[in-house]
Amino acid sequence: MSAEAVTADLGHAADEHGHDEHATTTGLSHTKLAMWVFLGSECLLFGGLISTYLLYKTRGNGRTLPTDVFDIPFTSVSSFVLLMSSLTMVLALSAVSRGEAEAGRTWLLATALLGGVFIGGQVYEFTAFVREGVAFTTNPASSAFFTLTGFHGVHVSLGIVMLMSLFVASLKGRLTQRNAETVEIVGLYWHFVDIVWIFIFTVIYLIPAD
Amino acid sequence: MSDTATSEHSEPEAAEHHDDGGHEEGHAHPSDWAYVKIAVVLAAITALEVFTYFETVLDWGVALVPSLIFMMVVKFYLVATWFMHLRFDNKLFGRMFTAGLVLAVGVYLVTLTVFEFWV
Repeated sequence: MSAEAVTADLGHAADEHGHDEHATTTGLSHTKLAMWVFLGSECLLFGGLISTYLLYKTRGNGRTLPTDVFDIPFTSVSSFVLLMSSLTMVLALSAVSRGEAEAGRTWLLATALLGGVFIGGQVYEFTAFVREGVAFTTNPASSAFFTLTGFHGVHVSLGIVMLMSLFVASLKGRLTQRNAETVEIVGLYWHFVDIVWIFIFTVIYLIPAD
Repeated sequence: MSDTATSEHSEPEAAEHHDDGGHEEGHAHPSDWAYVKIAVVLAAITALEVFTYFETVLDWGVALVPSLIFMMVVKFYLVATWFMHLRFDNKLFGRMFTAGLVLAVGVYLVTLTVFEFWV
């Protein structure tokens, strides 16, 4: 085999799943590895925000605390919606991996819509809190709460942008079986956002403050 | 995708874990039905979590916080291993994520104990 042929073979190999990847020294996709490292670092970001809230959650300075105005039944529905969006996300990846473009598009759109419902719920919750006297600068507890849940909301919103980008790419025929890994990487990000909410829902909302 | 991979997706149950030790190529993913079953379990656990909020139905007492944390960990584990494919992918991905997670939990537990017990 000539040197050029070896280079071509190493540099552009398609695996049995149809992933068209560049060969790497580890045999692993560097893009996917980078996403996992990024998600590992995101644990530190959200760990810091959650810890800050736990430290400040009772510091109300004589004013209303976020825990006083929590609407658990409403937040439970939002949590369920986000949880189910992880199912539609993984079904989207499954469909794209099988080469079923239309099904993949449908599941991607469903995931983005469920994410949108979650964000809508968060906007409603924030608005209701402000009406009840808990705003960003009301006290240290409210600042920590809005910072934590706001950061999570921004992550969900970025995820929706990524999902819609994939949806548009699919409409244009640019999202095929060959680049299913792109869907998988966006999916990893989306599931991580869901995992963070699983943590927030239990630690911030369900576990009693006292 | 090859026919082999396609057939893996059409199987009614989850495909067997393929531990290749160093290469992600060829790993098997679960079937759609397996994902749906995991989602049903997640929904059931979430319902149970919300159930704990209504103390008039059942008083959980001192078991409340440990139960909630246990359910949270189970949900976390199911999403990470099944939906994020850590169960089927190369172990290095999981190690990268776990490193960040353990570091975060460790550092912040120490921080919280500082404020709780040392000050």
